Amino acid sequence: MLKDEDRIFKNLYNDNGIDLISAKKRGDWTNTKDLIAKGKQWIIDEIKLSELRGRGGAGFPTGLKWSFAPKEVGSRPHYLVINADESEPGTCKDRDILRFEPHKLIEGCLIASYAVNAHVCYIYVRGEYYNEGQKLQSSINEAYENNLIGKNSCGTGWDFDIYIHYGAGAYICGEETALLESLEGKKGQPRLKPPFPALIGLYGCPTIINNVETIAIVPTILRRGGNWFSKIGRSKNTGTKIFCISGNVNYPCNVEEEMGISLKQLIETHAGGVVGGWDNLQAVIPGGSSMPLLPKKICDTITMDFDSLVAEKSGLGTAGIVVINKDQDIIKCMARIARFYKHESCGQCTPCREGSGWMWRMLERMAKGEASRDEFTMLMDVTKQIEGHTICAFGEGCSWPVQGLLKHFKKEIEERNNFNPPFKKERKIPYLVDQHLLDK
Amino acid sequence: MTLRKISKDQPENFEFSKENLEEAKMVIEKYPKGKQQSAVMSLLYIAQKQNNNWIPLSAMKYIGKLLEMSYMKVYEVATFYSMYNLAPVGKYFVQVCTTTPCMIRGAYKIVEACKEKISENENELIQEKNSSWMEVECLGACINAPMMQINDSYYEDLDKEKALKILDQVISDKMPKVGSYRGRLNSEPENNRKTLLDIKNA
Repeated sequence: MLKDEDRIFKNLYNDNGIDLISAKKRGDWTNTKDLIAKGKQWIIDEIKLSELRGRGGAGFPTGLKWSFAPKEVGSRPHYLVINADESEPGTCKDRDILRFEPHKLIEGCLIASYAVNAHVCYIYVRGEYYNEGQKLQSSINEAYENNLIGKNSCGTGWDFDIYIHYGAGAYICGEETALLESLEGKKGQPRLKPPFPALIGLYGCPTIINNVETIAIVPTILRRGGNWFSKIGRSKNTGTKIFCISGNVNYPCNVEEEMGISLKQLIETHAGGVVGGWDNLQAVIPGGSSMPLLPKKICDTITMDFDSLVAEKSGLGTAGIVVINKDQDIIKCMARIARFYKHESCGQCTPCREGSGWMWRMLERMAKGEASRDEFTMLMDVTKQIEGHTICAFGEGCSWPVQGLLKHFKKEIEERNNFNPPFKKERKIPYLVDQHLLDK
Repeated sequence: MTLRKISKDQPENFEFSKENLEEAKMVIEKYPKGKQQSAVMSLLYIAQKQNNNWIPLSAMKYIGKLLEMSYMKVYEVATFYSMYNLAPVGKYFVQVCTTTPCMIRGAYKIVEACKEKISENENELIQEKNSSWMEVECLGACINAPMMQINDSYYEDLDKEKALKILDQVISDKMPKVGSYRGRLNSEPENNRKTLLDIKNA
């Protein structure tokens, strides 16, 4: 277990207040001026040394991302955008940072914006987190009053402004280019990449987009050194991470732990174990709903970091762990997730707009036992037709959980849906034909 | 993609009140010159607040003029995002999260409570109860599941009985206490805390 002194978010449960004085007691804003005085290159190098990977889900190296921003500011200003549009089912870590550690985030914003040459930062907070956003705004005001940000922030000579922008309940706006569209006052539909936002982003200007957690841990890394951070966890999967453990556990909680901790230890120590004991475990979604689920057999031994989960054909994602025990109907659980994706698809690409609805309807039928045998392969086909054929990663996000179910719970589905298809002969059916017409 | 129903009864005119117009101007200033379109989402929120928690079409036209963008562009935004109500909702607008992490901890029991106390159907406004309810997708408080949102506040760690009590208060026009209903501190593991104990006990 990680030692308390190595934990970055010491106020995760709000034990001692969120105001500036308590934040300073925890070490925030202590030597920000000195850190910035060491220069942009030093900051980026130190983050590269720490091997910090983005905490928003994709796990892209943060130092590398920052180095993509043009070194000199040309005719277009640079922007820093913080993604606080946390909507992935199973994830609620950013909410606690916004509520209880706002000064870590604000300080991180200042340092990051200095490193990427941005004078303006927008924090995109999801609309439902209105109260959290208000708390963050009052902390921002507090920072302005104490001259920590604003003109000549912290006495560094760097002018810096932070603005909060509220979303309005669209999951897709967590995708970085959709977030930019939404910030520009349009529908949140993702853009094609390239060009990447680091060159052409918000208002056509170079923009760096980071997750809340990534930015909030930056000041601590710089203060304690990239080497300290890279020693926690294992190579390429370094540092600490907030895990959100929800679902059928005795004590659901957020907890900061070291990367590469075993899943079993995490659940047993911090969340008080699975309801009904470890043997009652059915499956775990390891990284928010868009990552394929893991059956109990894999859960026994898996460690929680980016690479070992990828090796099991899943992913760490946002580290939102949803524990599902044997009292639950696994097909129904996944059908509900499919409904979530059907609801949240932005409607831009046909495979995702139509396919997410198909998957949901087929899974609902499977949950009721009304599907025919051949629908199993048909559903797999649909997921393959969505994956990789859409503008953004939503296509993967909605098809992977279904693929995970089909891969690990084939037996359950077949036991429940065991009647033969209405047509015996296998036919080559073009995908764009309406599936419901074929059944008759 | 979801179908959004637009109210049949639309007021003819809409204008920001004096304070709201000032607030709107402050919002527009957050964005660079010439990029005032960015403020459309915040302005729609302001309009929604001013007009009993829903946005009439005339407000979209008004905002379009204010931001020098076409009515259709505003309409697109208002219909794309699910938090803009395009038809009247209750003074107390109850949203129950039923996505998987909440579902497996019994979110549909909360839905039952809403059906019992408010109305049989979603989005049905019963005037004397001044409240309406709907099922929504993940509200981002999964470790405090099951939960619901009433207007801007979260009500966490519920079960059916607690939800019924909360809804009773709402119907009698009282704002219930916000936060966890099992008395736990935010997102800590109840009775099982192993981390940061020095800080807790300090």
